[in-house]
Amino acid sequence: MTPSYASYNDFKNQLLTAFRTNEERMNGASKTPVHQLRRSALKQFDLLGFPTIRHEEWKYSNVNGLLKEAFALDETTTLTAEDLAPLEIPNLDGNILYFVNGRYHAELSRLVSPTDQVQITSFAEALKADPDFIESHFAHYADYQENAFTALNTALATDGVVVRVPDNTTVEQPIILRFITDARDKSIASQPRNLITVGKNAEVMMAESYRTLGEQASFVNVVTEIVLGRDARMQYYKVQNETEKAYHIGTTQVNQTDNSHFYSATVTLNGNFVRNNLNIVLNGQHAEAFMYGLYMPNGRQHVDNHTLVDHAMPNSYSNELYKGILDDNSTGVFNGKIFVRPDAQKTNAYQSCKNVVLSPGASMNTKPQLEIFADDVKCSHGTTTGKLNDEALFYMRSRGIPKDEARTLLLYAFSQDVLSQIKIQPIREYLERVVTEKLGE
Amino acid sequence: MLSISNLQAVIGDKQILKGLDLEVNAGEVHAIMGPNGAGKSTLASVLAGREDYEVTGGSVLFEGKDLLEMAPEERAAEGIFLAFQYPVEIPGVSTTNFLKTALNEIRKHRGQDSLDAVQFLKLMKEKMKLVNIDQSLLSRSLNEGFSGGEKKRNEIFQMAMLEPKLAILDETDSGLDIDALRIVADGVNQLRSPERATIVVTHYQRLLDYIVPDYVHVLYKGRIVKSGPKELALELEEKGYDWIKAEAI
Repeated sequence: MTPSYASYNDFKNQLLTAFRTNEERMNGASKTPVHQLRRSALKQFDLLGFPTIRHEEWKYSNVNGLLKEAFALDETTTLTAEDLAPLEIPNLDGNILYFVNGRYHAELSRLVSPTDQVQITSFAEALKADPDFIESHFAHYADYQENAFTALNTALATDGVVVRVPDNTTVEQPIILRFITDARDKSIASQPRNLITVGKNAEVMMAESYRTLGEQASFVNVVTEIVLGRDARMQYYKVQNETEKAYHIGTTQVNQTDNSHFYSATVTLNGNFVRNNLNIVLNGQHAEAFMYGLYMPNGRQHVDNHTLVDHAMPNSYSNELYKGILDDNSTGVFNGKIFVRPDAQKTNAYQSCKNVVLSPGASMNTKPQLEIFADDVKCSHGTTTGKLNDEALFYMRSRGIPKDEARTLLLYAFSQDVLSQIKIQPIREYLERVVTEKLGE
Repeated sequence: MLSISNLQAVIGDKQILKGLDLEVNAGEVHAIMGPNGAGKSTLASVLAGREDYEVTGGSVLFEGKDLLEMAPEERAAEGIFLAFQYPVEIPGVSTTNFLKTALNEIRKHRGQDSLDAVQFLKLMKEKMKLVNIDQSLLSRSLNEGFSGGEKKRNEIFQMAMLEPKLAILDETDSGLDIDALRIVADGVNQLRSPERATIVVTHYQRLLDYIVPDYVHVLYKGRIVKSGPKELALELEEKGYDWIKAEAI
């Protein structure tokens, strides 16, 4: 029998205590501005507490299940390359960084890009080596006043990655972050924190991948802050393929300046409870953001995608396409918020969310929210949720394609609008394979 | 080849086919004509296995096998092909990919090896000429954004690729201009052979100028009420369906 918390406040108390214990060990370091900031984030977490469904942003996503587990925090385990073999993404080249239970694992990782192209360090290391740099960005973008999980991460995160791409540089090899939770012996919670700054006219491709080993529960609460300089271009993919006992809550916070381009894909394949927040501030003219998403929950899984595009300056563009395939008794949420600020004239903002519900027990909640305060803008949004097209199925079967295969072919095609956007080929191929396997189940 | 006797079918609680009999032999072309609502498209759909229709009586034997017991894909594998009146748009699946999957499934059913990419492309090139269809159309999502004529041509192209024993053309002439009609009919005619049969379901005689039938049947109120040689179609064109209706009562 897995241990569990006796009361809903136990997990919260455990987290607050962990912070204080860490603090006592820090001696002088507790006076640093970064730590002071963490302190105020902890205070905010204490004040906010874990959200309930009475909270508008958590109306359809109940975190009670998470609060019933009993997690070990900051647990170090030994992982070998052999343990990781089943999680390998074939043919993947580039900078591959492993994080085990949220901690950077140097031996398993491989950095190949020259340091004049990109500086990649663990968050813990960067905090020691260049605290001024961390201080100048850490928690400047991801808001912890309203979001309890971001507050928690800001207070407790000890490791993750810091990626710095200098101006006028193209990082030739992609950077892949692999977050592995080793839940073979215990239920494990981790709070990775990533900071990525892409300089002026620089270009980089990155991916975050989340996996769990073992049968116990896992909780990953990740925050990634991304800052794009003028004319910067970034491809950013988040792939989440954990276990049936995985809780995953993540916030990706992107700050864009003039003429920067951000392309993202968020793919959720497996997990008990998944919440992805993708927040983009288009804080510059002619900035463009493309957001694609695919989620395919089954069983009793729950996947919630919250996106926010904040058009703060004129002439910016955003385009969003999220697609869901929901089976069994799974539930999905899509909440897409678009702000167009008074100054943001000539904004173009498009949003679309399309869902196929394969079983009567599955359900999808979609909520587009457009708040437009400028008058010369083009905005559109649309959501659809429906069954698989019976006419299309019959058409395919009438040509000799068996029902199951016809279904897989149709759903695979449905997913391709998102997967085809992924420019790191081994990751796209891996996803195409996993999606096909999952559709064939 | 095909033997339909006393076929009855309903959709919802509406009876559409009310005891239909039809015999089709290899090598023959049969035209099924009739006024709107007579049950022409229902017959085509029931033969292809559309699940919206429920067969409540009668039997359909295809080469001696009970067709009604088979799933749509099995019927296709046995050699039945329905050219749809309204071909369905399938986003994200190219005609090429779709047909490759279909053809290899049918070959598997028949105990034949799958065609590899080279063999498949060779076959495709050969059949493309038949209906004058463009390669670029075949790489696009199946039927998506195709014009009415392109969709119908694509149906005949699929038929040419899958080489069915029995082809059923459901109102293939609807929405076609005269040039497209000729191309489609030419395609069908080139596929005619002593081993194959065709059922042409149509409202108008026009198509039958190009695909000349051996027999013409008039379907009215769910039954075949009159059968005759190809000249019957001309008579129907001239006199309309009213005299048939009067005769049927």
